[in-house]
Amino acid sequence: MENEPAFFETSPKPGVVGKPLNRVDGRDKVMGKAKYSAEYPLPGLVYGVLKTSAIAKGRVQSIDTSLALKEPGVLQILTHLNLPKLAKTPNDPEGKKAIGAPMGFLPMTSDIIHYAGQPVALIVADTFERATQAAALVRVNYAAEAPIAAYTDKRAQLFNPEKIQDGKADGYTRRGDARAALASAPIKMTAVYTHAINHHNPMEPGATTAIWEAPDRVTVYESTQGVTRTQKSLSAYLGLPQDQVRVITKFIGGGFGCKGSCWPHTVLTVQAAKAVGRPVKLVLTRPQQFTSMGHREDQTQTLTLGASKEGKLLALIHEKTSTTSPWDNYAESNSKIINLLYDCPTFESHYELGRANVMTSTFTRAPGEAPGSFAIESSMDDLAYQLGIDPIEIRLRNYAEKDPSTGQPWSSKSLRQCYARGAELFGWSKRNPKAGVTKNGRLLVGYGMATASYPVHNSQGTARVRLYADGHAVVQAGATDLGTGTYTVMTQVAADSLGLAPDKIRFELGDTKLPTAPNSGGSVAAGTVSSSVYMAAQDVWERLTKMAIKDPKSPLFQAKAEDVAMENGRLQLKKDASKGEDFKALMKRAGIDDIEGSGQGKYGSGYEAGQSAASASDAHKDEAGKHSMHSFGAHFCEVQVDPDLGTVRVTRWVSVHGAGRILNAKTARSQIIGGSIFGIGAALMEATARDPHYARYTNADLGDYHIPVNADIPEMTVEFIDEHDPYINAMGVKGIGEISMVGVSAAVANAVFHATGKRVRDLPITPDKILGTKSV
Amino acid sequence: MNNFSYLSTTTAKDATAAVTGTKGAAFIAGGTTVLDLMKLNVENHSELVDINMVPFKGIEQTADGLRIGALERMSDVGEHPLVLQNYPMISQALLQAASPQLRNMASIGGNLLQRTRCGYFRDVAFPCNKRQPGSGCPAQEGENRGLAILGGSKSCIATHPGDLGVALAALDAVLLLENAKGKQRRVPLVDFHVVPGTTPQRETVLEPGELIVSVTVPAAAHARKSMYLKVRDRASYAFALASAAVGLDVQGGQIRSARVALGGVGTKPWRSVAAEKILTGAPATEATFRAAAAAAVRDAQPREQNRFKVELAQNTLVRALLELSAA
Ligand SMILES: Cc1cc2nc3c(=O)[nH]c(=O)nc-3n(C[C@H](O)[C@H](O)[C@H](O)COP(=O)(O)OP(=O)(O)OC[C@H]3O[C@@H](n4cnc5c(N)ncnc54)[C@H](O)[C@@H]3O)c2cc1C
Ligand code: SF4
Repeated sequence: MENEPAFFETSPKPGVVGKPLNRVDGRDKVMGKAKYSAEYPLPGLVYGVLKTSAIAKGRVQSIDTSLALKEPGVLQILTHLNLPKLAKTPNDPEGKKAIGAPMGFLPMTSDIIHYAGQPVALIVADTFERATQAAALVRVNYAAEAPIAAYTDKRAQLFNPEKIQDGKADGYTRRGDARAALASAPIKMTAVYTHAINHHNPMEPGATTAIWEAPDRVTVYESTQGVTRTQKSLSAYLGLPQDQVRVITKFIGGGFGCKGSCWPHTVLTVQAAKAVGRPVKLVLTRPQQFTSMGHREDQTQTLTLGASKEGKLLALIHEKTSTTSPWDNYAESNSKIINLLYDCPTFESHYELGRANVMTSTFTRAPGEAPGSFAIESSMDDLAYQLGIDPIEIRLRNYAEKDPSTGQPWSSKSLRQCYARGAELFGWSKRNPKAGVTKNGRLLVGYGMATASYPVHNSQGTARVRLYADGHAVVQAGATDLGTGTYTVMTQVAADSLGLAPDKIRFELGDTKLPTAPNSGGSVAAGTVSSSVYMAAQDVWERLTKMAIKDPKSPLFQAKAEDVAMENGRLQLKKDASKGEDFKALMKRAGIDDIEGSGQGKYGSGYEAGQSAASASDAHKDEAGKHSMHSFGAHFCEVQVDPDLGTVRVTRWVSVHGAGRILNAKTARSQIIGGSIFGIGAALMEATARDPHYARYTNADLGDYHIPVNADIPEMTVEFIDEHDPYINAMGVKGIGEISMVGVSAAVANAVFHATGKRVRDLPITPDKILGTKSV
Repeated sequence: MNNFSYLSTTTAKDATAAVTGTKGAAFIAGGTTVLDLMKLNVENHSELVDINMVPFKGIEQTADGLRIGALERMSDVGEHPLVLQNYPMISQALLQAASPQLRNMASIGGNLLQRTRCGYFRDVAFPCNKRQPGSGCPAQEGENRGLAILGGSKSCIATHPGDLGVALAALDAVLLLENAKGKQRRVPLVDFHVVPGTTPQRETVLEPGELIVSVTVPAAAHARKSMYLKVRDRASYAFALASAAVGLDVQGGQIRSARVALGGVGTKPWRSVAAEKILTGAPATEATFRAAAAAAVRDAQPREQNRFKVELAQNTLVRALLELSAA
């Protein structure tokens, strides 16, 4: 099937989980054979181009499409006046919930303009160029009103939401009496942190190719982190049964959260395909990407802490104010990590939102944890300096032996080892405890560190294994590979669970026709999908075992199922390995070419790899989630700061994490490196500027929205602590996609403080914020 | 982007005739500015006249100094031994600009005609006096962190974003221009770009249909001992927040001649004669350099977000002078 990647360079040896296997899809990607969602040359394909709003608030008074429609090749121009009717829209809470929409507003369903860059028309033509030219010819007359650009605008309506993040988190949290504890604390500190608007900016922008296979059946090639979530959203939008919508995503050029939901351009493209009766492809331009798939919101955090003279935390009070859209109460839940990172007896958090003319912000890699950790980890650093305690020591004095936010024991935690190993690799002991005194010529040198933590989110998914008598297997799950290595690690897991070499496995993903897997988001994919693959393999072995013990010709005839184990593709007695046989022999005798098994991977269902699921001991099951499940880690950073020119360069980097079982040493290292670079970007340069009067971005391109280039990033050292977590899931995998960037901006800012003696609490730390700093 | 026609030409005569004769026509060299702006609908040319086959080539030492054909690529010029040896500042300015891919495409003539990165200019949904005369300048009280502190007006404070022009301004470069009638004229680089005043839409003295043929840079001791220092938000591939092009001829601790221009802070490549006056004849010390830097930004008119550039420009200039005099 041309949809499927051709695999390459899989190791021919069994026993590969954890090994640094090369990416099985690497060759296809390098050769340009890997097909992304905008790369399916369907017969009759035509091109959609969005026309977006020039104003941030008001109404569309009229749209003149006559000139554009006269252009050759133009097939259709959809506007709010002729958009084919949808069964549901997210414009009301019930519809939003049914769709699972990231935003309670669908553009082009009325004449209302709520934000700059909002789609006002979708032009379809037979070529991309003609659609683009026609878009320029569409004339839109607006009745503009003065927009509000951010919560910082005096006119912004500020309020305390009961719930944030779409109802998923509380707007107010209280544990103990933090105010009273603060009042009597010997040390009190309050600091204000701001975070710029950040955009995910994956290399591949949002892209949709939609084809109606029948009047009530549509296939959508979509750049999404979750085919099933997109399928569900579209089926609700369109009023079709879920199985009548097929979503395919074989390759993704990065997502980072912005592809975690079904955004307006996707459903608009599906409607355009319906309107023209031909497959339509739409790819967001880079400027459109800035106003189409959410962002990390602009925000201020005020963190107050009370501590003893020994540096023991007594109280933490966290307040966050941020911008949200006219309809949704979205804020990243920064306070969660602050509530659990350290052993502090009292905690309080408040969220405040300001409505503005912007689209709804969305999850951005480590949503909440990333900016939240910037606040707590900077403040912990402050406390360390104020008390003259080493930054690692202050963290050890507040080490949380159980989850302070719930009182539950951790399922596993290797943070102490992360600190120790990271410090050793980095050479932390060489640090001069005084800030602003270490120099390299004109440059000021600083060391900083910070803690990282990320939860193992509740998740589940299914996988299917089809084992062939000729020694091959096809393994399937409707997961997605964001470029992180899902294809590769699942091939490894399948290989080991089936006792086959990886080159005998084909792992298929990215299609709603496959068993349902969770969104690749919240760092759940690796743990959930690997566990479901493992469980599906166990299902196959159970079926084969049943066959063997009933087969008079099998050496295992009349053995008890629980006495049989699988070893390297062989079914054999646990007590006597000589008694057993190869699965191929068994299947051939039975006259079956292949056998299928399916399995469910679930959070909290125990670590049983290497054993049959049937014999999983109850002691290791944690269905009710009696444990608090988190990854932990530590980042160490060296910066060199030019105090005259204001430039900050990260010159050394060490990250050590305890994240359960690591499925592939190479792709895991790449994940941590990628996440750290993402965090360094947020720390030092990433910022989308929104004009305060027009509520419109002024740097919506990659020339002016800076992300790190190679020259910004040093050689990075990454290690993992060997961790066996018996509770999280069948494979003991916690996931590493997001923890990699938690704490990064604080590690950088702490290093900048150590170098300069200047505390920058306003991200990103660009040269203008360093200037005026002389070594102290 | 609008539809346009494309014409490839091989002579200056054909090219200038085509652009002069067709309404809305423009030259295209590397295309890295003109296509970018057309995709944004900031420029809407009806025809692009390709001049890449016009023989405006050559990087050579002449009696007048270094002569560079306008259609030489940034990378070729930046890596040329002659430039590296006798005009290091030019090489550094070119090689710290843009990215290798862009430098391989972009021409010397095109570089001098690149347009501002002001975000309001680049988005047609905003008013902008430069793009649409009389519509206003939202940058004055908006996102002006990257904009100019020198040479601005109430109409416009857009930075000239390029690096090459700054080096050429410092080194007394002269442009050779040619119009549709085949008439050639020479314009010093410092007079080529103009400050916005009340007509920010006019950025250079180039007349419609006129071509840049070549650039000549006189040989000098302060050109041989020169450097370009660029400060930016990331280590590479970013426009200058501030840059300094400096050339020094120091004998026995005394500065015999000096050349100073600033980038990233002016509405045009910002030659500072005031700084040069202070440097010339003075001892090559940090105190002298500081005084020169103060003179260079004396007329600065910062706005809310770009105030830091007053300090940054001075520090950049001082650093460049320190490094150069120590080398
Ligand atoms: C992402 C990005 C980053 C960049 N970073 C930098 C940087 O850091 N520093 C820097 O200096 N520059 C930078 N640039 C600008 C880049 O150097 C210019 O775009 C390039 O030099 C323009 O040259 P070109 O040949 O591509 O010009 P074109 O786009 O072909 O032409 C530009 C303009 O000049 C006219 N023109 C071209 N040649 C002639 C001629 N001989 N005579 C008369 N008119 C002519 C064209 O009609 C057009 O109006 C960057 C550009 C991009 C896109
Ligand atoms: S500074 Fe110049 S380019 Fe920018 S908005 Fe004002 S007029 Fe336009």
